[in-house]
Amino acid sequence: MDKNQQTDRKAALEHYAELVHRFTPKSHLAQGCLRAFWVGGSICMLGQAIADVGASWLKLTTTSSLMLASVVLVFLTALLTGIGIFDKIAQYAGAGTVVPITGFANAMVSPAMEFKPEGWVLGTGARLFTIAGPVLVFGISSSVVVGVLYYFIRW
Amino acid sequence: MLTYIKVFLVGGLLCAIGEALILKTKLTPARILVTYITAGVVLSAVGLYAPLVRFASAGATVPLTGFGHALAQGAISGVQENGLLGAFTGGLSATAGGIAAAIFFGFLAAMFFKPQPKD
Repeated sequence: MDKNQQTDRKAALEHYAELVHRFTPKSHLAQGCLRAFWVGGSICMLGQAIADVGASWLKLTTTSSLMLASVVLVFLTALLTGIGIFDKIAQYAGAGTVVPITGFANAMVSPAMEFKPEGWVLGTGARLFTIAGPVLVFGISSSVVVGVLYYFIRW
Repeated sequence: MLTYIKVFLVGGLLCAIGEALILKTKLTPARILVTYITAGVVLSAVGLYAPLVRFASAGATVPLTGFGHALAQGAISGVQENGLLGAFTGGLSATAGGIAAAIFFGFLAAMFFKPQPKD
């Protein structure tokens, strides 16, 4: 292959890459969002069903029943992650499983399980917080800021 | 029934926005989680999230923004009850159930299950 052919080939590849870039993201975006939408929405409906059961059978207040929904969803996620089903759903649904509380639970169980060979303390114990740690750091810190501001301003 | 439609639409929409953020901005899922919880705290503090919870119930509380909302409302009611100390105790008290459940069930699952081989 001489120089000219090589540059032609390179130009063609670049052109092709550009076309791929131009045409795929949109359909990926639409498809990804649709999948995230229906799976995420369904997870929330399951949460609502759990909350309704808590409110009518266990006579919980609205806030407590919604908290119960989170706890049960966390339990289900831990179980499904453990038996390997959650990852399959997550692969399909993308943010549909990440954004609900299921994403938080999965982000704890997955690395904790994976790093079990490194021991109970620094393997499982520490890795539970690989992603949950930052989430709690930012969540709790910002809530403290809100609380302190509220103390001084009282809006 | 209407409640469930609202739950589905709002919960689904929050997830679809997350997916668009992942695909468009290359934010990793970990950053999405942090972004959502912080956004929830901020939206709750300025009073925008409580109406959404009244409207969509679990559709607004199950997504991580709802976790942020619980943290912020906890901190605010903590201050109302215990003054400045409440800013530190309120957030965690309100979310203790979810956090303890995640730690406990996460630990249990890691104890009993082996990681699946990745294909």
